[in-house]
Amino acid sequence: MSLNFSSVFPLKHARAHEVCGDSALSFAAIAAGMTKGAVVWISEDWRPPVNPEGLATYCDPGRLLLTRAANQLTALASAETALRSGAAGLVVAELSGTVGLTEGRRLQLAAEAGRTTAILLIPEGAGSNAAETRWRSTGIPAPSDPTSGPATVPRQNGHDSTHWRWSLIKNKIGTLSEWVVRWDAAAHRVIVVSEAGG
Amino acid sequence: MQRRIVSLWFPRLAAERSLRARPVDAPFALSLFDRNSERLYDLCPRAESFGLNRGMTLVHARSFCPGLLTRPADPAADQRFLRLLARWATRYCPWVGLDGRNGLFLDITGSAHLLGGEEPLLDDIRARLARAGLTARLGLADTPGTAWALSRFAEGIAETGETLARIGPLPLSALRLSDQTCTSLERLGIATVSQLYNLPRATVARRYEPDVLRRLDQALGALPEQISPLGEEPGFAVRMTLPDPIGLLDDVMAAARRLTAHLCQRLDTAQKGARSLKLTFRRVDQENQAVELKLARPMRDPERILALFERGVSSVDAGYGIDMIRLEATEVEPLGMRQLDRTEGLEKDGLDDLITQLGNRVGLDNILRFQPVDSHIPERSFKLVPAAYSRPAQAWPANRPRPIRLFAPEPISGTGFEPPRRFRWRGRALTVFEAEGPERITPAWWDLDDSWAKGLRDYWRIATHQGQRLWLFHTPQHPGWFVQGEFG
Repeated sequence: MSLNFSSVFPLKHARAHEVCGDSALSFAAIAAGMTKGAVVWISEDWRPPVNPEGLATYCDPGRLLLTRAANQLTALASAETALRSGAAGLVVAELSGTVGLTEGRRLQLAAEAGRTTAILLIPEGAGSNAAETRWRSTGIPAPSDPTSGPATVPRQNGHDSTHWRWSLIKNKIGTLSEWVVRWDAAAHRVIVVSEAGG
Repeated sequence: MQRRIVSLWFPRLAAERSLRARPVDAPFALSLFDRNSERLYDLCPRAESFGLNRGMTLVHARSFCPGLLTRPADPAADQRFLRLLARWATRYCPWVGLDGRNGLFLDITGSAHLLGGEEPLLDDIRARLARAGLTARLGLADTPGTAWALSRFAEGIAETGETLARIGPLPLSALRLSDQTCTSLERLGIATVSQLYNLPRATVARRYEPDVLRRLDQALGALPEQISPLGEEPGFAVRMTLPDPIGLLDDVMAAARRLTAHLCQRLDTAQKGARSLKLTFRRVDQENQAVELKLARPMRDPERILALFERGVSSVDAGYGIDMIRLEATEVEPLGMRQLDRTEGLEKDGLDDLITQLGNRVGLDNILRFQPVDSHIPERSFKLVPAAYSRPAQAWPANRPRPIRLFAPEPISGTGFEPPRRFRWRGRALTVFEAEGPERITPAWWDLDDSWAKGLRDYWRIATHQGQRLWLFHTPQHPGWFVQGEFG
């Protein structure tokens, strides 16, 4: 039984979702591009801010409200405030520590109360059980061109190599699956290259 | 009691204000664009000694004095400075008015004895202003007109009764008459004030504009002349004293609601909005507890302000009870009437309230927005500005693909002009699968940035077999390879 990509992405509205992996940032940026309204982007202040020019590929950086918190506790509290107020279209929180069940559940309740979606960028294995879905996003080498032979020599000036493997590793309301997706700049959306790791 | 007026004249107010901020050791002048050319607005005595004067074009002035240093004049700032001086002058008397662009009137009636008399008072003013780097000319007389004339033409004190004697020998322009009137009177041989005084009044009134006699009478005290003191800036604070101490959150909020409504009404009358507010609770044991609120936008809507106070008020320790509440708008900004609008209304307000709420948790300076900057240097192509003091950027300029996270360059091993085939970065061995580039970025030669000390950079976008997509650069002038960003 395979899970349809469109049933889980765009992410379910008014829920908290978690993303880990090397390419979690681009996942959040793509999700931000699919929402309307302001994006509250909460990060701890030691972290360098995201590069708006890089974000511009996926979403409009002018919509971002960057909130710099002193530690994870403040970041979580700010995320809860932002979710509960319902004024933002999306709340993204970059976290460096584990999210406990209490924190996760509070964010989930705040997201439901404010009708706002939350994306928590977490380190590998630091998620809480309260999240609606958890994703792992990693970059993968684009499927090689049959004409270019084995990729021992770096290809130069190749085509769009932005392929990611998005694995759904937790899903409260369905089964798990994984997809290889790529960014289609012309259509301004992600398209599934292959199903189920194919 | 006889009125006594001091006229304070700052002949070089603008130039001296500029020199106070940044002193220079050269002939100095301020220039202002006026009548189609850059003209001297004010100048220092050293520049004057070269034969320069006000109103001269800058080009002309430079030909007289090639070493002339100039700065642009800022008449509005000069005016603000004069108002500051007026406030300072209230240390001598409560009644201080502005006089044109560069003068003050002080009504020192009854306050001269506080400094030991009129002479010491003028000496004190002169000494303090000299210490502040300001040239001042002072005149003291019974009327503003005479004091004005003395400060401009014959510094000193005119004792009560000797007004006419002191002002008599002065030229006609000491009466604050227009140049045109003075010239036409001088053509008749009337050069001094006493000559004008001796003319039959009826003739003067018939032949000249009423200003001539009015100014003469004002100087001699026959006509009254008012000095308008500056208005006090209105303060926005309200308080409520309670007959019995209260401690329940609902009671405190109800009291705060009344205060907020009252304060907002006053803000409304003054067409102002509060930018930061302070709610102080005095407890029965004389302890003060304060809740501060910084707003993302000037505001005077009582309901919204109250809702934003809720979190702060709930953390106040009421102790044995609170018997006085004071609400003060510590920062106010002008806020005009706003037209209600169907399209942008509640949603925008909601976002501002959110910025306020977050700002009271992490500090309003930590809520930032990105603004594009016109620079080809990747790490300087944007800036972060506080969201509470800016509008969102409208259009973000399209650029070449850039990494989603930029960091300080991290060196990797590699030689040659092509990206290394395999390298270690952050403890991981990576093999390059695909490379795209180079994109050459030259440092900005006009500013010296240490991070660009190695000169040109050839940027490559690489993808690795391990999944990372990185932004590498090579510095051909000082060979080396670095990682500067991650595409994520």
